[in-house]
Formats: sequence, structure tokens, C-alpha cells
Amino acid sequence: MSSKSKLANDLYHATGTEEDVLNDPEIAHLFIHHNKVVTSRLLPGLNVVTKELKDGIRVNITTDEGVQFKKKVHLCFGMFPEKGVQKIILKVDIKKNSSISVLAHCTFPNAVDIKHIMEAEINIGEGARYSYFERHVHGDKGGVKVFPKAKVIVEKKAVFKTEFELLKGRVGLIDIDYETICKEESVMEMNARIDGTGNDIIKIRETGHLEGRSSRGVLTSRVAVRGSAKAEIYNKITASAPYARGHVDCKEIVQDKGVASAVPIVEVNDPKAHVTHEAAIGSVDSKQLDTLMSRGLSEDEAVDLIIKGLLS
Amino acid sequence: MALLELKNITLKLDNRNILNNLSISFEKGRVHAVVGPNGAGKSTLAYTIMGLNAYRGFSGDIIFKNENINSLSIDERARKGITLGWQEPARFEGLRVRDFIAVADRKMKTEKIKEMLQKVGLDPNSYFTRSVDKTLSGGERKKLELAGILALEPDFIILDEPDSGIDIESLDRIFEIIKFLRSKGKTIVLVTHSMAVLQQADHAFLMCNGAIIDEGETKAIIPYFENKCIPCAHKNLPDPAENREEGLQ
Ligand SMILES: Nc1ncnc2c1ncn2[C@@H]1O[C@H](COP(=O)(O)OP(=O)(O)OP(=O)(O)O)[C@@H](O)[C@H]1O
Ligand SMILES: [Mg+2]
Repeated sequence: MSSKSKLANDLYHATGTEEDVLNDPEIAHLFIHHNKVVTSRLLPGLNVVTKELKDGIRVNITTDEGVQFKKKVHLCFGMFPEKGVQKIILKVDIKKNSSISVLAHCTFPNAVDIKHIMEAEINIGEGARYSYFERHVHGDKGGVKVFPKAKVIVEKKAVFKTEFELLKGRVGLIDIDYETICKEESVMEMNARIDGTGNDIIKIRETGHLEGRSSRGVLTSRVAVRGSAKAEIYNKITASAPYARGHVDCKEIVQDKGVASAVPIVEVNDPKAHVTHEAAIGSVDSKQLDTLMSRGLSEDEAVDLIIKGLLS
Repeated sequence: MALLELKNITLKLDNRNILNNLSISFEKGRVHAVVGPNGAGKSTLAYTIMGLNAYRGFSGDIIFKNENINSLSIDERARKGITLGWQEPARFEGLRVRDFIAVADRKMKTEKIKEMLQKVGLDPNSYFTRSVDKTLSGGERKKLELAGILALEPDFIILDEPDSGIDIESLDRIFEIIKFLRSKGKTIVLVTHSMAVLQQADHAFLMCNGAIIDEGETKAIIPYFENKCIPCAHKNLPDPAENREEGLQ
């Protein structure tokens, strides 16, 4: 096996995916180790151009107008060494009326001191749908610093859904900064689920601007901080067009010496727009805890199950 | 033989005696009812038996299977065979129905979980993978809770208002379950306001103002119930201690 295909295989296994991503001819994929493409498969209507950089890679992804991809496209960004920097400059252009769903894995199983930076510019054309699920799989040493940054434009009647999940391995430091602009009748959903332990630090800053008439947006975050982990969440929706509808929903569970703060900001500049928010921070709900314990679970088991549910 | 016994329990919450030197005894293999007006302290009695943290500061003794369990935590009591079906069951975001039912036994077979759902009148095909969250109605969560208890088959089961939110059709199923559990020698305590539920019991306690004021065969207690507690002259009067504090006396 060449070193490239070995890397491809190792990355595939580190993601924990069940689908046969590397062999299924109907699944498009792009696997990147540090600054190199180790394997890829494209499908008609999906165009990818990459350019190697010193400590990372530039990736441009475009779809042709009106193409629909049946199966999820798999991306994988990873690094096996204990130390290093990986910077991904991602440009995504989803053309008019096309539809694509991407599952991206970011895996740093051996990290002691790894910095992963993602700078994304995403444009979702009129009537197009883009769903992007980013799952992080980290090692247990907590030596990863992750800086995902994205600027997204959701054109008329387009749909943008994104989920960020970091439940496996230690977080280390994560600093998310997403900003989305929504045009007329577009839909945006951003969802983050992160499980912090040890001395992890979690920062989430998600902003949605509902600029188009009848645009809709929801920001959801679910975070657990245990040990002495810290989380700060600033979620903001602005609405400046008639019939724009937005909602910010943030739940954080704090255990042990964890510390959490949440600042939901809603700003409405049109009398016909409507934005709501809810935030709940605290220990696990005592009724939930009592219920599970009255079935015989210990307090720790009950807390675990409640947090798992919240983050699922 | 008493399976569970409370002896002279007094519990103060917010400076008020909610349980007032209460003594009660539940027999093995029997279905008991506890009836009484709103605020009498029925749910408080249930929480005190289960051992919830806010209800641990009582005086008196709780004896289960001849052992004093005063100092045991909820889960320790549960592992000894006590469980509680809540008046208003909790919601759990993201916890699936199947995991909720199998919570005490992760290896529970899918078949068994589905059978439990069927028994409480929830179609396994539509509920199995749903979450026990706010998308389930109160009645559905009530049924689910019973399904969980049925799967567990504990020796001592308190059901706090088992019929609340339950439609008439499903009520008979719940009564079947109560009969089934009794046939297996389990002890059941039905906290209720409903005549139909009361009639499922072999024996009943009348509770008022944090104490048991009468007990007997269910049919002996029914007249009190029908007459809205008359001739019991008790009202849920404010506690004298509280009045003193507020300078009312
Ligand atoms: N944590 C608490 N702190 C202070 N007072 C409490 C607390 N819990 C219950 N009480 C009071 O104790 C009394 C008994 O309440 P409990 O819920 O046990 O009544 P109940 O008999 O179950 O009534 P219902 O039939 O309405 O369910 C009520 O007056 C209630 O307000
Ligand atoms: Mg009650």
C-alpha cells in the first residue's frame, strides 16, 4: 500500500464513519492530511480545485446549476502528528437550484499541540440547498486548538443548514465564529453541540442577519462543561425585513467546576419582524436526575445520560 | 407483613409542617390507595419515601424490608426495590423512548421494550425512536413512565395520580397493569383523586393536613371520599407555627 492510500485509510478509520466512503462510486469524497489531498472522488456537477499551501490548503468547491447529489459528500481534514498547524481556506459556491449535503470530519487523534484553522466563504445561490455537518474527533490529550470561521450568504429561497459536533475526545480550545446573511425567503439553521471536560475552553459566536423579506433563521447551541471547562456563547440574530422570523436557543449544562455564560442578542429593525430567544444555564434538572435515580441509576450515571441526551 | 413502614414522620418545608407525625404501613402484595384533598401532603409522602433530596430533613423512621432506610439516597432505595411514578413526569431532551424504558437495564431486548410500550397502549412503531421531550404529551409521558416501571418490576411502586392525563380507553390498560403487578406479589401505592382508581385498591388511607386520619378496606373509605371528606372536619389549616411567625396569633 502506498503511503498515500495508507493515510487515506487511516483517516477513514479515525472518522469512525460506517459508510464505505472510499469505495462507493456514488459517494464523492475529498480527504486531506495536513496540506495534501490523499484521496478524492468527484461526481459530475461537483468541481473541486485545491492548492497546497505551506501549512495548509486552499479548497474551492463549486456545484453546477441545478444538480442534486443523492448521497452525502464526505470531506475529511486531519493530522496524525502530535504537533503542527493545518489551515484550510475554503471557498464554497453552491450554484442556483443545486442541492448538496456535506459531512466533514476533522480528526486529530494524537494531538498534543495542533492548531486547526478554517476560513470559509460560502455562497448559496438562489433556490439552492447546502447542508454542512462538521464532526470533530479529537484525541484525549486536549492539545487541539480549533478556529472555525465562516462567512455565509444565503441567496433568495436558498437553504443553509449547518451542524457542528464535538463530542468525541477532548475539545482543547475551540473558537467558532460564523456569520450568515439571509436574503429573501431563505432559511438558515446553525446548530452546535460540544461536550467540554478537563480544562477545555469553548467559545461560540454565531450571528445571523435576516435581511430578506420572510427569511427565517434559528441558532441552537447545546454545550456541557464538566471538570473545569469554560464556555462562552454569543449568539445573535438581527432582523431587518418584514416577516423575518428568528430564534436563538441556547442550553448549557454546568457540572463540577465548569463555568458557562450565554449572551443571546436579538436585534429587530422592522416592525413586522419577530425574533425570540431562550437561554438556560445550570446544573442538570433535579427532576430529571431524581427520575433516573428512582430507576436505580447512580447520580453520575444519571448526569451522563442527561448530558448525552442534550447533546445528541 | 409490612413491606414498608413510616413511623412518626414529621417533615418541615419552608417552616411549615407538611407531614405531621405521620405513620403508615404498606403490606406486601397489596394495592393501597392514598386519598385526600389537594395540598394534603400525598406527593410529599411519595417523595419522602423515595428519598428526594429536598425531602430528607424529616424526623421519624422509614423501614423497608425490616431495614431503616432513612439515610439511603434515591438510587440506593431504588436498588432495594422502591420506585415512583411521578404526578407530572419529567421531560428529557434527546433521550429516546427506548433508552428511557431500558434505563435500568441497558441490555434489555428490543422485543421486551416494544412489549412494554404495547402494554401501556403506545404503538411501538411510532414511539420507539421518539424522544421523551416536550413533543410528547403529558398523557404519553405518563404511559411511558408506567412502561418503564413495568419493565423494572420493583417490589414497591408508588404511582402518584396514575390516571392524570390518561384517556378513558387507556385507563383499563393501566388497571390491568396494576392487577398484573399485584399478581406478582408487588406492593402498589396509588395516590389519587379518582373514584375509578381508588376502586382498584384493596385498602385505602385517608390523608389530611399531613397525617393519616383514617384507613381501612377501600369500601370503608369510599363514603368519606364520596362525601368530600365529610364527616372529617379537618381543613388544610395554616400551620400554627407559621401563623406565629407572621404575627397572626
Ligand atoms: N418544597 C416545598 N416547599 C414548601 N412547601 C411545599 C413544598 N412541597 C410541597 N409543599 C406544600 O406542601 C403541601 C402538600 O403538597 P403536596 O404536593 O404533597 O400535596 P398533594 O396532597 O400531593 O396535593 P395534590 O392533590 O394537589 O397533588 C402543599 O401545601 C404544598 O404547597
Ligand atoms: Mg400531589
